Amino acid sequence: MTIDSVMTLSNIHMRFPFGEDWRGRPHGFVHALNGIDLEILRGKTLGVVGESGCGKSTLAQVLMGIRKPSEGEVIRNFGADHDVQIVFQDPQSSLNARMPVWRVITEPVFAVTKRPKAELRALAADLAAKVGLRPEVLDRYPHEFSGGQRQRIAIARALSSDPDVIVLDEPTSALDISIQAQILNLLKDLQAERGLTYIFISHDISVVRYLCDEVAVMYLGQVVEHGASDAVLAAPKHPYTRLLLDSIPTMRATGGLGESLSNTDLPSNRNLPTGCFFKDRCELAGVGCDVRQNMVPTEQAQVRCCQTAATTPQKVSA
Amino acid sequence: MSDATVSVNPIKRVLSRVDWGYLWYQIKKSPLTLGGGAVVLIVLFLVIFAPVFATHDPNAIDLRARLAAPGWEHFFGTDEVGRDLYSRILYGGRQSVAVGFFVVLVAGFIGTFVGAFAGLIGGRVDVVIMRLMDVVLSVPSLVLIMALAAALGPSLINAAIAIALVRIPIYVRISRGQTLLIREMSFVTAAETFKASKLHILRWHILPNILSPVMVQATLDLGSTILLASALSFIGLGAQQPTAEWGAMVATGRNYILDQWWYSAFPGFAILITATAFNLLGDGIRDILDPKQKAR
Repeated sequence: MTIDSVMTLSNIHMRFPFGEDWRGRPHGFVHALNGIDLEILRGKTLGVVGESGCGKSTLAQVLMGIRKPSEGEVIRNFGADHDVQIVFQDPQSSLNARMPVWRVITEPVFAVTKRPKAELRALAADLAAKVGLRPEVLDRYPHEFSGGQRQRIAIARALSSDPDVIVLDEPTSALDISIQAQILNLLKDLQAERGLTYIFISHDISVVRYLCDEVAVMYLGQVVEHGASDAVLAAPKHPYTRLLLDSIPTMRATGGLGESLSNTDLPSNRNLPTGCFFKDRCELAGVGCDVRQNMVPTEQAQVRCCQTAATTPQKVSA
Repeated sequence: MSDATVSVNPIKRVLSRVDWGYLWYQIKKSPLTLGGGAVVLIVLFLVIFAPVFATHDPNAIDLRARLAAPGWEHFFGTDEVGRDLYSRILYGGRQSVAVGFFVVLVAGFIGTFVGAFAGLIGGRVDVVIMRLMDVVLSVPSLVLIMALAAALGPSLINAAIAIALVRIPIYVRISRGQTLLIREMSFVTAAETFKASKLHILRWHILPNILSPVMVQATLDLGSTILLASALSFIGLGAQQPTAEWGAMVATGRNYILDQWWYSAFPGFAILITATAFNLLGDGIRDILDPKQKAR
């Protein structure tokens, strides 16, 4: 089986020093990422989910190459002139209000190489049409647009350097539901047309289910479950994934909410827990949980939990 | 610059971004700003068209009419060699206003660039630049200006240079502070992911976004700069005879203040009115463009 991966992360660790004593030595480290292994498949969408503070944004920064990991290796399987682009959550602050739209869209191009203005404008017009903006918007300024249109501008900008990978950092969470659907469909169409690879960071499980081929669940800087999104979201194996899915408020929720939300504070990432990171919040915690867990393959996903691995029938080997 | 094809003239572009309708609406609501603005316009008009409004040659000596009292022949009287004070005040305003604009432009430009640079680069460069600015700010500014002006030699242009140098730190601080804010915005993070150079970020993201607080400071500074220039001329470090200049006229007029009050009084009023008007206008514009800093 050959895996066509566009990026490979192996054992990525990311630590940030905090505080300083009088000699400039840090008081300690914030452990944002603690050993991430991911294959990012070409032309697919990988969803990254997890609660606030689990390291999703740091992971995005490592993927984009604006932060060097403290440990581990990022392998990029694409040409030097291609790159990773990003679409941010908040289209208010991600577009410079002092630039006309055509400049915003083509910034990834003219930031790197000088191009004639006519060429940039033509590129902007082309991309604007692709993302469903009318050509007369090009000379306006970003504040004249609604959230959904601004997000279209941000997507056009991400496309302008013809990237292989686009990181989508909660691109729809600041938008109305109806606009969300439009943007998601636009993203899907663009992916089909251009063979883009998406890394989709989100809180919204239903959006992940709609858009993503694979999903990686993060907890305290680790991936705790990774597999096909249908499988993972339909039948979560890791107790944390279950907790995450249970905590989505639904119209049909009948009790159980209080139970699953009990003891739900994320442990400090300054002093990492010993043993399994999740054991203090885990209902399955028991023998074997006081050692660090490794990813274990199960039927359809990889899970970082010894208990699940032990209780799941090992069909993989069969 | 990273772009050689900036189409429209940059001044036009900046002006086109100002919401004039809104500005006018706000100014109308504040009578002090309106009054200050009106006086500023009148002063600028009179000073620019001084040859039209002047009744005499400002440097024409008429010893028969020395120290004449205000009247129809000489609106504001004459000085000790019979020069018409009214005409000299009109021409003298040119010096003051020119120094004001020169200082604000020079200090504003240099200060803004240095501050944005320090804020964007950060680290040791930032520390060194900011400590240097602290040193300048820690010396009383009038003393420093006097020392610099004296070292450069007494003349109006040297006085203007001295004032500009001492005013730079104010702009450095403002533009650095704004740069630190803008640097954290996600459009700058986005630009970093494009592998944009620092120069690109400075040109396209930082400078356009720190312009308005800098402009506010510049308007506020005009009034105090005019005052400072007059003060330097008053103590003899600015404009030299026979150039008409308000501060210098007040200084000479002091010798006659008991008998010929008009000699010092009219140039003094000119300074008072102009500086007040510029300050009122500056305060008003600050409140409009930057409501957070509104003086309570």
